[in-house]
Amino acid sequence: MTSAVLRPAAPLRKAVQKTGPDVWIMRAMLYFAAGFLLLFVLMPLWAMLSKSFTDGDGLYIGLANYFDYFATPALSNSIYNSITISLLVTVIVVPMAFLYAYGLTRTCMRFKGIYKALAMAPLLAPSLLPAISLVYLFGNQGIFKDVLMGESIYGPIGIVLGMCFYVFPHALLILLTALSTSDARLYEAAQALGAKPTKMFLSVTLPGVRYGLISAVFVVFTLVITDFGVPKVIGGQYNVLATDIYKQVVGQQNFNMGAVVGMILLVPACLAFFADQMAQRRQVSQLSSRAVPYQPKIERGRDRLFLIYCSFVSLFILMIVGIAAWASLIKFWPYDFTLVLKNYDFNAIEPNGWQSYTNSLEFAALTALFGSLFIFTTAYLVEKGRKHNWLRNGLHALAMVPLAVPGMVLGLSYIFFFNAPDNPLNFLYSTMAILVLSTVAHFYTVSHLTAITALKQIDPEIEAVSQSLKVPFYKTFFKVTLPVCLPTVLDIAIYLFVNAMTTVSAVVFLYAPDTKLASIAVLNMDDVGDTAPAAAMAMMIFMTALAVRLLYSFMTRKMLRRTQAWRFK
Amino acid sequence: MECHKEFTCFRGVGAVGQKARNGFKRVTEVLAEFHETVTKEGLAIPRTFGEGRCPKGSVMKFILTDHKLGISMLRKSFKSVFTAAAVTALSFGFTMGMAEAKDKLTVYTAVEPEELAGFKAAFEKENPDVNIQWVRDSTGIITAKLLAEKENPKADIIWGLAATSLLVMDNQGMLQGYAPKGLDKLDKKMYDTKNAQPHWVGQRAWIASICVNTREAEAKNLPMPSTWEDLTKPVYKGHVVMPNPNSSGTGFLDVSSWMQMWGEEKAWNFMDGLHQNIAVYTHSGSKPCKMAGSGEYPIGISFAYKGAQLKNKGAPVETVAPTAGVGWDLESFAIVKGTKNLAAAQKLADWSVTRQANEMYNEAYAVVAMPGVAKEVENFPAGIADAMIDNDFSWAADNRMRILKEWQKRYDEKSQPKG
Repeated sequence: MTSAVLRPAAPLRKAVQKTGPDVWIMRAMLYFAAGFLLLFVLMPLWAMLSKSFTDGDGLYIGLANYFDYFATPALSNSIYNSITISLLVTVIVVPMAFLYAYGLTRTCMRFKGIYKALAMAPLLAPSLLPAISLVYLFGNQGIFKDVLMGESIYGPIGIVLGMCFYVFPHALLILLTALSTSDARLYEAAQALGAKPTKMFLSVTLPGVRYGLISAVFVVFTLVITDFGVPKVIGGQYNVLATDIYKQVVGQQNFNMGAVVGMILLVPACLAFFADQMAQRRQVSQLSSRAVPYQPKIERGRDRLFLIYCSFVSLFILMIVGIAAWASLIKFWPYDFTLVLKNYDFNAIEPNGWQSYTNSLEFAALTALFGSLFIFTTAYLVEKGRKHNWLRNGLHALAMVPLAVPGMVLGLSYIFFFNAPDNPLNFLYSTMAILVLSTVAHFYTVSHLTAITALKQIDPEIEAVSQSLKVPFYKTFFKVTLPVCLPTVLDIAIYLFVNAMTTVSAVVFLYAPDTKLASIAVLNMDDVGDTAPAAAMAMMIFMTALAVRLLYSFMTRKMLRRTQAWRFK
Repeated sequence: MECHKEFTCFRGVGAVGQKARNGFKRVTEVLAEFHETVTKEGLAIPRTFGEGRCPKGSVMKFILTDHKLGISMLRKSFKSVFTAAAVTALSFGFTMGMAEAKDKLTVYTAVEPEELAGFKAAFEKENPDVNIQWVRDSTGIITAKLLAEKENPKADIIWGLAATSLLVMDNQGMLQGYAPKGLDKLDKKMYDTKNAQPHWVGQRAWIASICVNTREAEAKNLPMPSTWEDLTKPVYKGHVVMPNPNSSGTGFLDVSSWMQMWGEEKAWNFMDGLHQNIAVYTHSGSKPCKMAGSGEYPIGISFAYKGAQLKNKGAPVETVAPTAGVGWDLESFAIVKGTKNLAAAQKLADWSVTRQANEMYNEAYAVVAMPGVAKEVENFPAGIADAMIDNDFSWAADNRMRILKEWQKRYDEKSQPKG
């Protein structure tokens, strides 16, 4: 796949090139980008790997830590627990998301726009939020406590429910894309051959979205096995790998065992990643140029059924968000239901409580600004660059790595790498900069792929022409490519902003007292039992992300009219 | 390079460097003045000019105590030398810098957040030249942080952390001995007497207690527990919460106190029984009490202060201290070895053993280091001071890892789905 991505346009290869400043600048930038990914992804991981082979005093002890790990059932059982939870959630969420996506793409149900927007809501909340809401819903003082018939929400049930909320939109997005590319001619042919609806579904629809389904399965599996927020809040004593890392490092100060759990958590994430890559490689384009987009016809019964189903799912999502909002306003659950704002008085609960919120804003803004520019520029060099083929291929491969690295593993590995006293980059440790850098690295892959996809849509002749006119590449970049791809750059910026607001995993190991983030504050407040203020802070994050999203779509609509007129003709 | 570890060397840029190397007088004069100011302010300890372990051609080297500020000041000053408006600009730069820099003292603490502002204000009133920067988190996290930063400590003084945690650090040689002025007024049991210069000094005791939600207990027909053994009765099954000793200081002091009271075997037997009744082991020590307060689980093994505080806030919570004995640990302070703010750290240490400080400790905790200070705290369980066991901190610190490992092996799989 990579070679196909990177082959420069044919006219370019023939052009006689001289080594001008142009090429030097490009080379320097490519090295810089590669250096970034090496320093902030690969080398920390290497530091963690080597840490897992040493004891507390830094002596090499081979696999002893690993033997120790597998000899302690309390620890190694977490592998089993993590996999069970991940499989369960995958089995529940993927079909649910499939049906939801089917309703949105293949039926004529009403209010599609609203239902799509509602289903995306979980993307705006930290994964701690659904867990906190579940405590209020099904906890021992919960509203619907009896629904569980004596079972406790603290444990696998809670984790699975919370995870379903958290990963649903991720699965939905993939399946929406898969389901919306379909060829109506296939359905016509099947109908002409007298296929029944079931047969049609099994032999046309399903094969068409096969790879989308596979992708959704792996994405859900990886997200669940690596998420930390949900099991932290509602996992009770049901240990999973992600909470084990936290316990080992923060609770027991056993960094070496933390490194071992980190390495183990890396295995399923990597496996899922490679399986997904393989599936994608086999995917052949569904749509030839002659394909006719499928247009669903009105079928009242079916449409109504899907409307009911989608309402049911959105109601669940709304309820989770709503209960957190309500609980954050209540004076003293469950004894005094007066509505008050005191839970939002964060300064009374923690020293500098509000500062963590403003820190988060600053952090998210910095991540969005630097991340989107850096990632997009790098993607440009990879996709539209000339020469240095091995470097560009290598860079593209490197850019895929962060997807396979869970946030907690990344964060932990940063401790080992950047806090080593002999590391010249040591000064970064416990600064805002390291939070931003780790988060850019953590969410690199998706942003990179988004940028690559957008860049591919631009005709390579633009580069060819500008080169033949002896315009340096950076001029082309600023005058043509960047304005044309502005929506993509903004998309990446928003993606980074929202994720920076909500993420806990990588930053939980890296924050310093004066760079504490809102999501960490949620975690800490829940940890000491201040559940209502935790819900309040989670709502602050949710509302901020929502406001930024709304503002963004409102503003871009206007701006795009001007800069993207060429798209609409 | 060896040099960068403790020194910051300055290679005079361009003209400055050249002038310095040529022995240009005014530059050295300027630098000398710079020396004086930074030394007086404790920002840096200047070393020799242009020799020693610094690379050739360096103008001077400093040991910077406040790295960031020092660097920015040096930069500023060099710039001003460069633009020839040397002396005036420099002294101006210093006064600017000084206003910001009145001895920032980095204090790591596990004291409840709402109390910190009061302590800071009281101390700084007496010591206006010191500015406390709190770094606050729960016991386990602060301990982990300090151990992680062992090679490269960021804290000047640790204040209000469990003595057991401080002992772990002491065993690793991380603490600096100091006898605060007025130490002799404290109870001898409350500080490190092994060293002539105590490595740690206790401030106040936090004491294990059982928080019971009376409203929920009534609704569920649970009798009030009065001893530890009561908690193993089948009637409490699924109604008790306790902190996980692996992460919580409070959890560990419970376990360690049971072992010290009854011997290890009996303590494990008791915990086996207790384990049958435990609904959840929490990460933090105050959470069980807060859960009891909100009725999530009616009984929480926690510490007395939290229970009293919740009751004062109106939660239906009663705090019980089993008369047979309760575990406790000392919130203590210790100066970090290698701190560059030793003088300021000692000032805080001195203040922390005063009567005024002890009276402030007493506002929330019933047992403080200075005898005769403590008054009764509202809603504190009666007679709790008498129930405190004879705690052997060094035993607890030495056996901590072993006990925690065994505990994890026995109980950390709780609430796995059975069958």
